Amino acid sequence: MKIILNIWRQQNATAAGKMVRYEMPGVSEHMSFLEMIDVLNETLTRKGEDPVTFEHDCREGICGCCGFMIDGIPHGPQRGTTVCQLHMRHYKDGDEVWLEPFRAKAFPVIKDLMVDRSSFDRIIASGGYISINTGSAPDGNNLPVVKKCSGMAMDSASCIGCGACVAACPNASASLFVSAKITHLGQLPQGQAERDRRAMRMVVKMTEEGFGYCTNTGECEAVCPKGIKIENIARMHRDYIKASVTYRQEAQGGGAG
Amino acid sequence: MALNLDSNIPSGPIEQKWDKAKFDMKLVNPSNKRKYSVIVVGSGLAGGAAAASMGELGYNVKCFCFQDSPRRAHSIAAQGGINAAKNYQNDGDSVYRLFYDTIKGGDFRAREANVYRLAQVSVDIIDQCVAQGVPFAREYGGVLANRSFGGAQVSRTFYARGQTGQQLLLGAYQALERQVDAGSVKMFYRSEMLDLIVIDGRARGIVTRDLVTGAVDVHIADAVCLGTGGYGNAFFLSTNAKGSNTTAIWRAYKKGAGFGNPCFTQIHPTCIPQSGDYQSKLTLMSESLRNDGRIWVPKKKSDTRPANTIPEDERDYYLERRYPAFGNLCPRDIASRAAKICCDEGYGVGPGGRGVYLDFAASIGRLGKSTIEERYGNLFEIYERITGDDPYAEPMRIYPAVHYTMGGLWVDYNLQSTIPGLFVLGEANFSDHGANRLGASALMQGLADGYFVIPYTLGNYLAQVKPGGVDENHPECRAAKDAVQARAAKLLSIKGKKTVDELHRELGKVMWEDCGMARNAAGLDRAIQRIPEIREEFWNNVNVPGSGADLNQSLERAGRVADFLELGELMCRDALTREESCGGHFREEYQTGEGEALRDDEKFCHAAVWEYQGDNQAPLRHIEPLAFEHVHLAQRNYK
Repeated sequence: MKIILNIWRQQNATAAGKMVRYEMPGVSEHMSFLEMIDVLNETLTRKGEDPVTFEHDCREGICGCCGFMIDGIPHGPQRGTTVCQLHMRHYKDGDEVWLEPFRAKAFPVIKDLMVDRSSFDRIIASGGYISINTGSAPDGNNLPVVKKCSGMAMDSASCIGCGACVAACPNASASLFVSAKITHLGQLPQGQAERDRRAMRMVVKMTEEGFGYCTNTGECEAVCPKGIKIENIARMHRDYIKASVTYRQEAQGGGAG
Repeated sequence: MALNLDSNIPSGPIEQKWDKAKFDMKLVNPSNKRKYSVIVVGSGLAGGAAAASMGELGYNVKCFCFQDSPRRAHSIAAQGGINAAKNYQNDGDSVYRLFYDTIKGGDFRAREANVYRLAQVSVDIIDQCVAQGVPFAREYGGVLANRSFGGAQVSRTFYARGQTGQQLLLGAYQALERQVDAGSVKMFYRSEMLDLIVIDGRARGIVTRDLVTGAVDVHIADAVCLGTGGYGNAFFLSTNAKGSNTTAIWRAYKKGAGFGNPCFTQIHPTCIPQSGDYQSKLTLMSESLRNDGRIWVPKKKSDTRPANTIPEDERDYYLERRYPAFGNLCPRDIASRAAKICCDEGYGVGPGGRGVYLDFAASIGRLGKSTIEERYGNLFEIYERITGDDPYAEPMRIYPAVHYTMGGLWVDYNLQSTIPGLFVLGEANFSDHGANRLGASALMQGLADGYFVIPYTLGNYLAQVKPGGVDENHPECRAAKDAVQARAAKLLSIKGKKTVDELHRELGKVMWEDCGMARNAAGLDRAIQRIPEIREEFWNNVNVPGSGADLNQSLERAGRVADFLELGELMCRDALTREESCGGHFREEYQTGEGEALRDDEKFCHAAVWEYQGDNQAPLRHIEPLAFEHVHLAQRNYK
């Protein structure tokens, strides 16, 4: 089949970008969406043109590298699917699609469809962990975890950090991403010691990085390729409100010699 | 120059070697640790865990990854699980049994002392990961659950649905980011190592290219760790991520690090078959599926009937037939070869007859759809997305694909390569899996090396060297930087007629045909002729568009493929000179009457270690003899 691609081309972070139209004949229904762009890039290279830059790595929907807007939807039309797992059997001959990078103040464009999501790493660094140095852990079965809680932690921990939630949100909020980590660790007994600190620091960091606030529009949940639930955000708010009342900075005391 | 292949195995009984080694190691005073700097290349389970642990100890760590975040490292794609000798199931497991299974599974081509240590620290890994918040599967009582995996008769695999690698990596990533926040680790994103700097015989730094700006930089440290993964993408099509590459270890090889057993490649039996020429990669279906799935082909050749219409008595459950003791859970190399034989003989199913069925109907009937969904839901979804078929309703079609490389840079017991100060971790080294890796052992090894081995052995090295002493203006640094820049300029100047991917595919085809699941002398000779021709064409006719002064994905790939074009030849040379069959290395000339691998322990009970001699010159083959004092050499038997 033939697909018409309109792709956002932008040389670098400061250059102006524009949509460029490409015709792709001979697309197989078994191809993935990214394999179609691979073929386009081979054609562009042979013609001496600059291939389209897009982020990708595992192509199994787990690394979180890939992602751009297809017709205004992060990762495209198929629910619960990263763009690398979207296959062309969902399109028909003559379809025309528009590809754009994720757009958010905290995700500046690097080139074409590639954006800088390092703000997500800085949010995790601000508190998205359990402080446990290598070697100091007790036996794994010392602390039973309710199966249901472990399952809910796993649901939230499935987040791949692709940024689709931010791209879909009218406020460019990272609330779904941040709350998924807060929920993952907050559901587990191991995560309780730092629960207040984690909520305070991660929420503040999210704002500092230029992400917007959550206004419960729910677009994030609709586009999340891993089905992360919006109820996580409610849990984050609850943790944050509680922490804002009870959390105190640790006292910095020196030990006696 | 002869390589120093002293394995530095500690003396004493195998159970006490690691304890003894740890006690004998020199320590760095806590207040002196911050004076030492360490470079870690790679941020996966091995590199990420090492960088985090070394940062916790107080060293100055610089960690590099080519992706946009350390959380993208390809460890994230591991599905099935991680082994540990916890014996929580009370089913007869022990450190010794995990050690035994791993040595036997590797077909007696791994070093006993390393593997024993791996089995010992496996239990600590689970504790560490649980404490980090890794949401492992649980029983209703709240304790950790286990599942079975190939090559073992005990249930010792810990898992987090079908995303175990993801969850373990996120644990390591979060530990790493905690150190980034604490200032002990500086993280370099989108930064690719393109050369190793060796000064006065010691690894002292690396040359990197910033993939966004194109800037080439020198980084200096007191030691360098490579946790840069495997080189399965030499075959072009593999289950590896598109970016996975050999460049870091290949550059180190060309600077004098010995390369161990490059031909030992794991072909995984359960992957989704190729669908067309545009195919960019192959997707693994976790080995854990073999717990509840039965593998079969029709008894009639070229049978085109839909799977569900083929009656039970016209199906050949060939693994259960040939290996009744292990059945569908026999090791990967054996399952892959059995699938290939079926398809070669004309029993294969699907387009081109390159596929076998993996059938869940019996398990769904016995356990119910919801149990199967709970165990493998995400894998079934992946399958349906890629193929458009519903594996709950009809069997999956699967075929073997390149998955893992047991070979890698040679390291001693301390994970140090033949270059002092260069340590190699995880899949990038050659150490623990011999000629075949058992399922759920890669995650175990990556984390063992990163969390529990390197903090000791690297500390021991640092305690014996003075910190600092060289800077970025050292002639070796300038020379390495100039060479990296010249190579990029050369790649960009060719502007030939073929794309990087076209030439990579040509290499991959040669590797798959002649150095894949079955190898023979004639084919390997042919490949050793052909690969230099492709390499020659690459350097004269490749088209790398754009410039080196900004983000250029074609240039990134070109550099990696240029290295694969050299490594591929070494893999074939290694396969040709190893005149025996063992594990994943199956030489057609050496097999038993029943078609099983036939080892030659008289001549080949050793690791082959290759030493670089210059471009287009035959490398030298050295050996490290292997002694089996605990697990006695025997033909593997899974019948």
